[in-house]
Amino acid sequence: MSAPQTQRPLPPLPAKARGIVLPGDTSCPGCPIPIAFKVLASVFGDKMILVIPACCTSVILGTYPGQSLKAGVIHVPFASAAAVASGVAAALKMRGIEDVQVIAWAGDGGTADIGMATLSGAAERNEDIIYIMYDNEAYMNTGIQRSSATPQGAWTTTTPVLGKLEPKKDVAKIMIAHGVPYVATASIAYPHDFYQKLMKAKSIKGFRFIHLHAPCPPGWRFDPMYTVRIARLAVETGLWILYEYHNGKLMLSPPSQPYLDPSKRKPIEEYLKLQGRFRKITPELIKAIQQHVESNWEWIKKMMS
Amino acid sequence: MPMKIALTGNYAVAYAVKLAKPQVIAAYPITPQTPVVEKLSEFVESGELKAQMIRVESEHSALAACLGAALAGARVFTATSSQGLLYMHEIIHWASRVRAPMVMAVVSRTINAPWNIWPDHSDFLDQRDAGWVMAYAMDNQEAFDLTLQAFKISEDPEVYLPVMVGLEGFVLGHTAMPVEIPDEKDVDAWLGERRQPYVVDGSEPIGVGGLTWPEDTEDMFYGIQQAMERAKSAIKRVDAEYGKLFGRSYGGLIQCYRCEDAKYIAVSMGAWSGELMESVNMLRDEGYPIGVARIRFYRPFPHEDLWEVARSARAVFVFDRAISFGSWGQIYADLVAGLLLHTNKLPPVMDIVTGIAGVHVSAEDFYAMIKKLIEKVESGHNIGYFEWVRVRR
Amino acid sequence: MVKVVPPVDNAKVPLTKPVEGVGGKTGLWRTMYKPVVDSSKCTKCFLCEIYCPGVCIVVDPVKGATINYDYCKGCGLCTDVCPVKAISMVPEE
Repeated sequence: MSAPQTQRPLPPLPAKARGIVLPGDTSCPGCPIPIAFKVLASVFGDKMILVIPACCTSVILGTYPGQSLKAGVIHVPFASAAAVASGVAAALKMRGIEDVQVIAWAGDGGTADIGMATLSGAAERNEDIIYIMYDNEAYMNTGIQRSSATPQGAWTTTTPVLGKLEPKKDVAKIMIAHGVPYVATASIAYPHDFYQKLMKAKSIKGFRFIHLHAPCPPGWRFDPMYTVRIARLAVETGLWILYEYHNGKLMLSPPSQPYLDPSKRKPIEEYLKLQGRFRKITPELIKAIQQHVESNWEWIKKMMS
Repeated sequence: MPMKIALTGNYAVAYAVKLAKPQVIAAYPITPQTPVVEKLSEFVESGELKAQMIRVESEHSALAACLGAALAGARVFTATSSQGLLYMHEIIHWASRVRAPMVMAVVSRTINAPWNIWPDHSDFLDQRDAGWVMAYAMDNQEAFDLTLQAFKISEDPEVYLPVMVGLEGFVLGHTAMPVEIPDEKDVDAWLGERRQPYVVDGSEPIGVGGLTWPEDTEDMFYGIQQAMERAKSAIKRVDAEYGKLFGRSYGGLIQCYRCEDAKYIAVSMGAWSGELMESVNMLRDEGYPIGVARIRFYRPFPHEDLWEVARSARAVFVFDRAISFGSWGQIYADLVAGLLLHTNKLPPVMDIVTGIAGVHVSAEDFYAMIKKLIEKVESGHNIGYFEWVRVRR
Repeated sequence: MVKVVPPVDNAKVPLTKPVEGVGGKTGLWRTMYKPVVDSSKCTKCFLCEIYCPGVCIVVDPVKGATINYDYCKGCGLCTDVCPVKAISMVPEE
């Protein structure tokens, strides 16, 4: 007989998030954001201050005088998250507050587009903050407009006929080029991997960047029950590669390790076909995406050696 | 012990900031403001000022970093000019709407294009609707005093609004004048520790600036207007206690110069008020009963004080160093609307827009403009309401 | 170093505080189906609690998963992530 289950300690994920991320927010059914918040809360509890520019999260935390998160939150203009977070961190440092983590929490538009200069500035100054780009690959809050992080071939309301013709901007690579102490990619399908990365980030001083892949049911046109399945398929097809970059070294994360071998990867069509945004994709574009995947893996191999 | 040293306007601001002991300063270079933050960087790096200096990548980020630091409980400061101020504009509104106390120096320079680094009031006045208390200095001593007072006013629970201190670039910014600097201990005792309406520092799980319905949002904005009203008495109180402690009092939101028996009032703001006052002396010597009402605080707009000065005037001449294209000078518009709150029988109020883009207006220029206007009024002619005077052309 | 003093008039400032159900009883968003746990199959693995986008599932190490129908938006994601198919969507009464 095994020991009684009551004696098993509760895992911090999800137990530590209880009472921090509260039910009844205004996110769409199947939204990946509360999933990510539970991971954040499991690591930092309520000892975090989220600096949030215009994005879905500005809305889903709910309306005055309430919010669905038991943590510090500062809502800020679109292009300013990394700068506001820099200021918060500077103030906390001057005031000797060391147990509170400042986190810039921004979407792909607020990061890869309008917030890029601000992000680059904060990264170059090596500000003592964690910057998380939750990437739902378009301007979802304003109604699914194309961002520079929208993948090639995706329909959006501003690429309504041809789909996006250009490949996705790779912000994690840009951050690696800044020489910051820690860069990681993560996925809401792998919360334990994300948890480990946040724990690692927590132990490091300076600028830390995490690029979090976060499928959006209404924006990507799929059934809300498949948010995690689709996020997982992105990894299993080799489209989204989970890694950490620290001390000048790139380490492939466990969920992505099998896919170093191309034969283990699922065909990218399996990922694309579940999403309405790729419904009209051409075989040429699928080929282009496939090539993009190959060259990404080549880059990973080069960085690992 | 207080000491008197020769300082440029920019350095006067920097010395005042040093005495206010902000914990976070964030800034981005722009002419003619740069010497302010260069001096402050020197203070920080030499250890004379214990602060975090964030050398950001844009003005937008400069004020954004100040906003974050202010909400997290730090006294903060930044400075900028012209295009930099315009680039900040989004955060300028955000800061007042979340009631974040902070101080910014605006070393005025005209708005471009074309490239032009000379001063007028266009950059400063462009911020008039942003919910900041807005002060403007006439000389370097006043730039120093206003900067120090700005921290006190901003962190006053009667007010809790950001404060902007304007001074003309080059004219004050790069020109040295004697400035008296009060003793650090006296300033510490007077200014006290930072106060703010709430703090986001992890001690309490609160959010700021989240999605809000129209009715609640309107209530919040109404609160800013109420705070502006209260700021009028707070400014006067701070001016009076500052005068008592440090020996310099300016009279509050406006400064009156030879207004007591004046039948004509010239209204102005900023450094050129010195030339204007000189011209008033010349006109007084010739028997013209004229005085100057100099605006020290443009927001909240001192319509009550201006009414007291203007109520028995035969005519009021407003000198505007900026223009809202398609209408007229901003001060004129505010003044006329403000006086109409007190009377429906306005004296003739004439707007003279001049000195735009940094064109120098001398005491002789003011003398000539005013003399012509007074003679027109005295001979029963209509002076009109608006003229853009391009001096010496 | 910093003193928090409310504005003299206790003016409304844009501050928000944590509250359950900030968007109302989001369980009303469910239209036709709701998730139901078959506790005999539940292995108490916590995955449904970790993934639930509605933050509506709590897993007890003994009793298994409990769903808070006041807030469950009915997305069905829990049924897809449950490794033993212990949760299924059933028509609302």
